[in-house]
Amino acid sequence: MYTLKTFTAVMAMMLISVFTSLENGYKVGDIATDFKLENVDGNMVSLSDYSQAKGFIVIFTCNTCPFSVAYEDRIIALDKKYASRGYPVIAIMPNNPAASPGDSMEAMKARAKAKGFTFPYLMDTNQEVYPKYGAVKTPHVYVLQKTKKGNQVKYIGAIDDNYQNPESVNQAYVENAVDALLAGKPITETHTRAIGCTIKV
Amino acid sequence: MRFILPLLMLLLFACKNDTKAVAKADLQAEVQQMDLEIYDFDGLKNFLNTTSNKTYVVNFWATWCAPCVKELPYFEDLNTQYKNEQVEVILVSLDFPKTYETSLKPFLKEKKLQTKVVALDDANFNSWIPQVHPDWSGAIPATLIYNREKRHFFEKSFTYKELENEVKQFIK
Repeated sequence: MYTLKTFTAVMAMMLISVFTSLENGYKVGDIATDFKLENVDGNMVSLSDYSQAKGFIVIFTCNTCPFSVAYEDRIIALDKKYASRGYPVIAIMPNNPAASPGDSMEAMKARAKAKGFTFPYLMDTNQEVYPKYGAVKTPHVYVLQKTKKGNQVKYIGAIDDNYQNPESVNQAYVENAVDALLAGKPITETHTRAIGCTIKV
Repeated sequence: MRFILPLLMLLLFACKNDTKAVAKADLQAEVQQMDLEIYDFDGLKNFLNTTSNKTYVVNFWATWCAPCVKELPYFEDLNTQYKNEQVEVILVSLDFPKTYETSLKPFLKEKKLQTKVVALDDANFNSWIPQVHPDWSGAIPATLIYNREKRHFFEKSFTYKELENEVKQFIK
């Protein structure tokens, strides 16, 4: 009898481990980990540094992906619009510079300066942060809201529904999500997809 | 007399520049004449289902995607090697439409691909990515292998051997 119980318990655990290994990264509702990563200004940045923030727009992005480049101005606009309202942009560059030389810290510094980034542009030096979040491509956005339990994931996906032309956007997914959070309303679309560049390991 | 040599050189140089300019114009004209099939997702759907006996290997790629470009020769080889086994490869380019003339067409011309290439111009990603496969996050390279009975989706890079092994599952 005990063996049967043990057997069932082992089977259940195996099933759980199979499911967790299939579902990598965060889902909406999960609590996101904090990190300590180097910024282009040489300082180390953590989410916990932002005591006044209500949440964060965490964007995995890089110098070299054409989609990231196409969205640079819109990422700056997001930070300009929402940092003052408590949702600053935190950009994280997840690629391994050895595999993607255009994403070295030097290149990141140059890009941040040329574009006038108003937000931290951090390097995931050990490539440990993006797998925890479950980011698989650039750009890949996670909107987090500060709660008592920690920074809760509220939205995962794309910035909007038209990379080609900001004027042709019908659904500004990230803006809609943050606006809903600020208004205390439920987010209509919590998960979207977009074509992006694979993270280089 | 001493002016003749520089003059000659100048003339020679001018000629050389001229031929270069002509060659460039020729290439541009050739690229412009190249046909490129462009579809929105509704149009592409015709390439994602079949009632025939064939197995289709649909690879989503772009000229700016280094891992995609690296594996293109494997898809090209597969298309040639397995033609008689009723296998057809279709390469779906996700290049930006504004770079079709400047990047995609010159790339296709240079590589002389025998495999069918179509361009997908449909910016509303979130509406069509799940229709290709529910598991697709949107990262490329991505590959769909299907016949009329089953379909497998891969969000990964392939070696030729891996690709061949997957295709063999469909034709045995």
